[in-house]
Amino acid sequence: MATATVECPECGAELQLDEGSIKGEIISCSDCGVDLEIISVKPPKVELAPEEEEDWGE
Amino acid sequence: MLMGILYSRVRVEEKLLIEELDRQGVPYELIDDRELIFDLDNPEPWAKYDVVLERCINHSRALYSLHILEDWGVRCVNTARSASICGDKLLTSTALVRGGVPSPRIKVAYTPESALEAIEQLGYPVVLKPAVGSWGRLISKINDREAAEAVLEHKETLGTYHHSIFYIQEYIHKPSRDIRAFVVGDETICAIYRTSEHWITNTARGGKSSNCPVTPELNKICVAAAHAVGGGVLAVDVLEDEERGLLVNEVNYTMEFRNSIAPTGVNIPARIIDYTLAVGQDGVKPVKVTVPPLAARRESIL
Repeated sequence: MATATVECPECGAELQLDEGSIKGEIISCSDCGVDLEIISVKPPKVELAPEEEEDWGE
Repeated sequence: MLMGILYSRVRVEEKLLIEELDRQGVPYELIDDRELIFDLDNPEPWAKYDVVLERCINHSRALYSLHILEDWGVRCVNTARSASICGDKLLTSTALVRGGVPSPRIKVAYTPESALEAIEQLGYPVVLKPAVGSWGRLISKINDREAAEAVLEHKETLGTYHHSIFYIQEYIHKPSRDIRAFVVGDETICAIYRTSEHWITNTARGGKSSNCPVTPELNKICVAAAHAVGGGVLAVDVLEDEERGLLVNEVNYTMEFRNSIAPTGVNIPARIIDYTLAVGQDGVKPVKVTVPPLAARRESIL
């Protein structure tokens, strides 16, 4: 059950945040596919996810 | 019991771990590495954690955090030792060789000239990798001398200092797949094949995963590899060489497992949480690594 709606900062599409969404979670825009990070759940807010850095990995 | 989850962002893996903690009713706190501040003179705020499970996406943040926390006596999964070895392919290789764990031949050099000589000694093709790096990033397969000269020059000119540590690995003629095995403590709990037409098989780069049976041989070499690098909750990447059989390529200490639960049917997040709880409750000690006397390459453990 979707609880909140946010706008994709990249393409402007309207996105639904799932009920279990949490701060810091990475989601993808269903329209343009860009990675977004949930900055806050209440109020719902997303930003472009940080770009990959040189020492990212497993 | 209070578990700290140290993370950079909540990916699928972190979400699965959190759901498992909620399911088991384990008290936990999420620690965003972009917000934390360590005051080296004041460990007090961290004493409340019985154990910290490290899930940073940055190797450097993970390493320093683990060192600081362990200096304060906070138990961590994985340990700073495992992170420092696994996060550096060169240290991983020396640990595998010292531990008698079969692995591809490696040469190390520090200048383009000596690196070219080392490459020619190994024979083409070879694989050049940054010692610190993941997800198949900046890995080069060098098929001939011209390519070697070009890549070596680029690495020296363009990269930061650590790109002038030339880690040169023999190329393993493997079937179009490798094996990613998941070790928790003293057991290989499951494994997948990662199949790709491309010679780099990371699922992060499109490799397809399917179940790989954990044979006694695969279990033995993966547990030995995990112990050689300090133990804990580790993902061991294994290559199948035509003549020598299983060879450990590298070991990962903040493992991704989202593509491995379905094919194997193993609840990987639950096994990680159970192990981390055991470290927090009874102080399960990761393997104490003993350093044997110098030997070119220890007798294989298989």
